[in-house]
Amino acid sequence: MSELHTVRVTVNGTVYERQVEARMLLSDFIRHELGLTGTHVGCEHGVCGACTVLFDGEPVRSCLMFAVQADGHEIMTVEGLAPEGEMHPLQEAFHEAHALQCGFCTPGFLMTLKPFVETHPNPTDEEIRKAISGNLCRCTGYQHIIEAVKLAIKKIHHSDAA
Amino acid sequence: MAGRYFGQPIRRNEDPALLTGQALFTDDVHLPGMVHVAFLRSDYAHARIRSIDVSRALERPGVIGVYTAEDLGDYWQPGPLLVPPPPVEDIIFHQRTQVPLAKGKVRHVGEPVVMVVAESRYIAEDALEDIFVDYEPLPPVVDIEKALEPDAPLVHEDLGTNLAARVVQRKGDYEAAKAKADVVISRRFYYDHGLAAAMENRGIVAHWDPKMQYMTIWDTTQAPVVIRNGLARMLGLSESQVRVIAPFIGGAFGPKIMMFYPEEVLIPWLSLKLKRPVKWIEDRRENFFATTHERYQVHYAEIALTRDGRILGVKDRFYHDTGAYDPYGLTVPINSQCTLLGPYDIPAYHSEMNVVFTNKTIVTPYRGAGRQHGVFVMERLLDIAAKELGIDRTEIRRRNFIPPDKFPYNNEVIYQDFVPLVYDSGNYEPALELAKKLIDYDRFLKEEQPRLRAEGKHVGLGIVAYVEGTGIGPYEGARVQVETTGKVNVATGVGTQGQSHFTSFAQIVAEQLDVDVRNIRVVTGDTAEFHWGTGTFASRGAVVAGNAIHAAAKKVREKVLQKASEEFGVPPEELELRNGYVYTQDGRSISLADLAVKANPLRGAVKPGTEPGLEATMYFGPERGATASGVHAMIVEVDPELMDVKIRKYVVVHDCGKVINPLVVEGQIHGGVAQGVGNSFYEEIVYNEDGQLLTASFMDYLLPTAMEVPPIEVGHVETPSPWNELGTKGAGEAGAIPTAAAFVQAVEDALADYDLEILEAPLSPNRLFELLKEAKQKKEG
Repeated sequence: MSELHTVRVTVNGTVYERQVEARMLLSDFIRHELGLTGTHVGCEHGVCGACTVLFDGEPVRSCLMFAVQADGHEIMTVEGLAPEGEMHPLQEAFHEAHALQCGFCTPGFLMTLKPFVETHPNPTDEEIRKAISGNLCRCTGYQHIIEAVKLAIKKIHHSDAA
Repeated sequence: MAGRYFGQPIRRNEDPALLTGQALFTDDVHLPGMVHVAFLRSDYAHARIRSIDVSRALERPGVIGVYTAEDLGDYWQPGPLLVPPPPVEDIIFHQRTQVPLAKGKVRHVGEPVVMVVAESRYIAEDALEDIFVDYEPLPPVVDIEKALEPDAPLVHEDLGTNLAARVVQRKGDYEAAKAKADVVISRRFYYDHGLAAAMENRGIVAHWDPKMQYMTIWDTTQAPVVIRNGLARMLGLSESQVRVIAPFIGGAFGPKIMMFYPEEVLIPWLSLKLKRPVKWIEDRRENFFATTHERYQVHYAEIALTRDGRILGVKDRFYHDTGAYDPYGLTVPINSQCTLLGPYDIPAYHSEMNVVFTNKTIVTPYRGAGRQHGVFVMERLLDIAAKELGIDRTEIRRRNFIPPDKFPYNNEVIYQDFVPLVYDSGNYEPALELAKKLIDYDRFLKEEQPRLRAEGKHVGLGIVAYVEGTGIGPYEGARVQVETTGKVNVATGVGTQGQSHFTSFAQIVAEQLDVDVRNIRVVTGDTAEFHWGTGTFASRGAVVAGNAIHAAAKKVREKVLQKASEEFGVPPEELELRNGYVYTQDGRSISLADLAVKANPLRGAVKPGTEPGLEATMYFGPERGATASGVHAMIVEVDPELMDVKIRKYVVVHDCGKVINPLVVEGQIHGGVAQGVGNSFYEEIVYNEDGQLLTASFMDYLLPTAMEVPPIEVGHVETPSPWNELGTKGAGEAGAIPTAAAFVQAVEDALADYDLEILEAPLSPNRLFELLKEAKQKKEG
């Protein structure tokens, strides 16, 4: 078990190189090896979506991947959504629409939604619900999250109208 | 009336940290030299431990220590009784509390047996595989009614029974009431309330610093002050040597106030012993077994009414599953017993509660805390009565509502706070009328439903009422201080798990000091900042902590005006506080920052009795709680082939007294309803006959997603509580309480052709299929 492998990965634009066991989960790697604790772990079996990160631009569950699989790839976590002290329109919209309560699931929602809001200028409510159906939130009942998604899309695609 | 800050939909102070991944949760704590714990837990519901062999685990590289109950010596003690039994005459109560590690016998699947500490969590979990426990399986106690039969196996042999408690409460004379009744309806009800499944599992990090002689603990608890005091006592430390921090917590909903969990007792002990920081983070599977549940009750209930639908009395005998231990006393079943009475004027009540030990995870409050069970029974009884008497279901409720001039209304039964359940205030009819309007009750029943039925659709409406005793004592406190920057610091002892305290508490202070909410820093759940208080539970933050903060802010306002009055030589009542400044009528002004500097002089003399700073600490302890209430209504459509149920419309009319932040209250209601929807049709705790939990993953225990939770329309009725100055009532649990009762009524209504009578919750497609089959057979046979 103790054989170590080199993982070289770009996270939020920074290149990291670490020696890890083959069995180390990508979520543990991001949180405990790189210290990027904004990515949260809710279930470790791929249902809750709290650990979602962007892997080469696509949302993936980091608890269902091994760190070694990320070798040579590019990852974005919630810490990389906006420069320090600033917020991505999606983060702003979550704040304005009260789309988070305890905030534990929020990073996962944000990372799932980033590609969605950027590529869907006019989604229906049903499409928004489907887009977040792989992320569990126990606090909000989702309604304010759906409103935040609409608000974010307005900010990104229809800023003249805002 | 809303104030400038109080009552406004102000955006939250806590959001930026949470949205950018900077908020500290317990598992984010990383300390040099930290070691990691994993627990070997029982695979059996009920078994004797013959022997434990840990020798192979100790040999594994990276393992630091392996501990069984024997290794804990005198530190091994059953946990404290968190809530003593209420003072009810002839009460039976047997206390059996959880132990840190099982000794001699395991009493539920998931009970911790061995603790392993290693250099990493991966190694600690590897070492669990090295341990051999020789178990002698015993027959488990699973069914709560069979548990009381004479030959049932015993969870605690020394007791000689599985009965943990029996409490009989009475109001009036039920038998006399029944004798006068035109109609008496009796049924057996089954209600199962699931588990909290907060998105963050539990966790604890303990750091004993031998040179500082100081213990710092990060704990996902709802009650950091109580944890600190208890741990200091257990570890033989002074309370001032222990700091418990409940940092950002990823949802709690009740189970995180259970105390002390075995892990909470063990991790600090281990840190003290190893002189190293120790971390244990629960995984999701452990959360299903080791974090407390709520689970089921069986009620045999009877209602006596006049021909015109007036309630003469209610009688109930019920059984409550408390699991293997009862550290939380009788809070959950007492809530069921009391909340059953609802918003109705019931002259006679006789209720017998039987609490039963089983070989299952411990039961403690989860959002609603037993109130669901009571509401379900009462609302179902009224639905059946309405049908039998040919009265509209909203009309039978209206006729029995406690009228607004009858408050305070004494229910004459003892509530969870040990005093008679007295409703402070309420106005139920306007809430019902508003809910009917929002769901379009008359039009739906007269036009919409017949039209859709003619199209072959199965649509139905559910509408129910409830009350919730909130904001109970004993007390909370707060310290408010204007700092020399002009910013305000607020500290209180309750913990926060998403309730927006950093904002709503700041709004209460802003209303008194007229300081921008963003310039008010609220600290909750850090015993180094405030070390008095009992915790976040029973929808009491806004009421109890809120009023303590209000009192402290008022006191600081007085001090500010007094200090400014001395500065300007003008009486305080001629001064005005505005935007962080004090103004005189002739246009002079001074900032709060400058006043704070002047209030803490570094040289010179002050008048005798002068207190430094612009600071005050105040406490609030209500004699009784505040009663929130409301009406939920929904329209559902049932697919009679697949037995899927879709909620087409959902309406909540809610009265939580004065609202501090309407955005926050709406969020609380939405979230509550979502959990109620889960409890109606998706979430179910299933144990098999061996006492094995069959639903121990999110693949089996189904939390509702955005596809299942409908849009929710919220209407407000405001009846301020006369028993606290802010007029607030709790709002945290209400959304989750009546949902299943409304859901079942709506499903029954949608399937009216089948003449179905549903006496249980939750439902599921499978269960609905069975119920319909039974109903069809009954009809044909």
